[in-house]
Amino acid sequence: MRSIKYAAAVAALSATALSAQAATLDDVKARGELNCVVSTGVAGFAFPDDSGKWSGFDVDFCRAVAAAVVGDGQKVKFVPTTGKTRFTVLNSGEGDILFRNTTETMSRDADLKLSFLPVNYYDGQGFMVPTALGVTSAKDLDGASVCIQTGTTTELNLADFFRINNISYEPVPVETNAEAQTNYLGGRCDVYTTDASGLASTRSTFENPDEHAILPEIISKEPLGGAVRHGDDQWFDIGKWVVNALIAAEELGITQANAAEMAKEAGDNPSVNRLLGSEGEFGSMIGLDGQWALRAIEAVGNYGEIFDRNIGPDTAIALQRGLNAQWSDGGILYAAPIR
Amino acid sequence: MSDNTTTPAGQDYEPGTHPDLPPPFTASGPVKWVADNLFSSPANIIMTILAIFALYKIIPGFAAWAISDATFLAADRNECRELGTGACWAFIVQRWELFTYGFYPEAERWRVILTFVLLMVVIIGLLWENCPGRKHVLRFALIFPFLAFWLVMGGFGLERVTTDQFGGFMLTVIIGVVGISLSLPIGICLALGRQSNLPIIKYACIGFIEFIRGVPLITLLFVASTMLSYFLPPGTNFNLLLRVLIMVTLFASAYMAEVIRGGLQAIPKGQIEAADAMGLKYWAAMRLIVLPQALKISIPGIVNTFIGLYKDSTLVIIIGLLDPLGIGQASLADNKWQGLSTEVYLFVAIFFFISCFAMARYSLYLERKLDTGHKS
Repeated sequence: MRSIKYAAAVAALSATALSAQAATLDDVKARGELNCVVSTGVAGFAFPDDSGKWSGFDVDFCRAVAAAVVGDGQKVKFVPTTGKTRFTVLNSGEGDILFRNTTETMSRDADLKLSFLPVNYYDGQGFMVPTALGVTSAKDLDGASVCIQTGTTTELNLADFFRINNISYEPVPVETNAEAQTNYLGGRCDVYTTDASGLASTRSTFENPDEHAILPEIISKEPLGGAVRHGDDQWFDIGKWVVNALIAAEELGITQANAAEMAKEAGDNPSVNRLLGSEGEFGSMIGLDGQWALRAIEAVGNYGEIFDRNIGPDTAIALQRGLNAQWSDGGILYAAPIR
Repeated sequence: MSDNTTTPAGQDYEPGTHPDLPPPFTASGPVKWVADNLFSSPANIIMTILAIFALYKIIPGFAAWAISDATFLAADRNECRELGTGACWAFIVQRWELFTYGFYPEAERWRVILTFVLLMVVIIGLLWENCPGRKHVLRFALIFPFLAFWLVMGGFGLERVTTDQFGGFMLTVIIGVVGISLSLPIGICLALGRQSNLPIIKYACIGFIEFIRGVPLITLLFVASTMLSYFLPPGTNFNLLLRVLIMVTLFASAYMAEVIRGGLQAIPKGQIEAADAMGLKYWAAMRLIVLPQALKISIPGIVNTFIGLYKDSTLVIIIGLLDPLGIGQASLADNKWQGLSTEVYLFVAIFFFISCFAMARYSLYLERKLDTGHKS
């Protein structure tokens, strides 16, 4: 495993050498396909369905970018990565863009040379314990064994949390969520910690969800978002504004169903007109045509639709919007204006 | 017929024509086997009883879980739970095609099946000496690699399928077959090279073997998947699967070379000297005298390396290719099926066991067939 860390470090270092010759947009257009770095499987965010088609929250953002750039949301090649390999794969150029429930941090931005796109999911790290343990607060977890996914920010947060509260724990390192689940249910660890969204989705699949409780403490900020390599600002802008467009579309009431209708002719709302291309030349500013946002919305719907379809209250994962509601609805989603 | 006095009533035999009686019940057949093998000594008796007890404890529970309480048809895990308390094989049934073909386009899957059938024909023809029509099969085996490449990849009239759509058992078999069939000849060359009198060849082979053996396969794969892009000129698109195949083959070749070197060293020097005395050139001596003997001795080690290579193919998940294990892990993230890891791992284990066991049995058969009686 050390060798991988070493390789990742070398990859990150030599990324600077690559950045000079970027023009990812031209590469993607010439290829006719977007290489999107996703996870090897996180419930609700990225997984192959029964027919082998990738779906999930992150996957939909990949499809939106593909729709905006090459004109078809199906023209995506998914590059599945583990928590350890994701950045190396992106930095080496095997992937064009990354949507892999990845927390934006300063070191990843500055040291690993990634540019983070706007946050598409605000998460926080929590703890899940069997109710039989009788634990009601994370501070009661002294001496507990904790299942923790390696190579993630949760690993570091966990160490911080226990150090601050001066209590001890025994880490049980695991590679994937599925593995963590097996270990946790098998009793090899007392506590499972990961992002609260992950805990909720994991708990929802248990045979007896009531026997497990998610503790009230949220011990970290986990702003999850997409990322691209440093050094190609045009490509970064494309990713950034596609995400912004999907969030703005929800705010403006543009849906997958009515987008084409609203785009037909300029309406009364200039914001809608600018987004859908009937007013201004916003597409050409990022190297695309005027219908870029329209195609993205038509491919996957607006932010709210993506959320509801993959992880919302009606799905098995049953996450509430919470922080991820629009700013006008009490959340902190706040898309920069397109003008 | 007339003299009945010496035989018991009801049995008429001429003296000397009495048929052989079967051996006593306790001295033949399964009863004797059991007595000899399972109850021959007090220690054996205790071990047998313990083993039977363990099986008695394990089998009913396992059988109930795996078969009688299991669910084979359901749309998701909750339905599984309603239908039975045991294993949820419906997961595997629903995703059978994903496990087999990965993301290979559905309409083109007949090509994979056809390739597999042809592969089986070639393998049977190569491995089974008395196979009917073996001459034609062997001739066909020469063009098979190109045919298989065309069928699986497409082009020339068939729709092109990119290698990132490969996955599942298909991927394992491709890596296994290519790796196995290439690593043997390369390994032989390396082993001969290492013993060569020509310093350049000798040290090149030693350097290669020691380097590859000194590095974990996972590192080589990682280098192949991500680091190569830094060294190759920008814009080069070097197929990921091809890189993996090269790395796996080189890795197995280095091990193979050492296994075969072991066999070569077991050949007495007199054999080579005899070949020299016959006026045979180096290659002829190797081909006709040394290698047939050396390879025969090395069979267990060679098959060992093959099996190791085959199982190592699961490491490709680290570079984002989804072999059966990878497909299983990714599938477990589908909310419909979460938490069924036992079923997935068991299923994949059975697949690997069947393939590896077959290889092991064939190697035993080959050893017996080639046994010249020099051993004992």
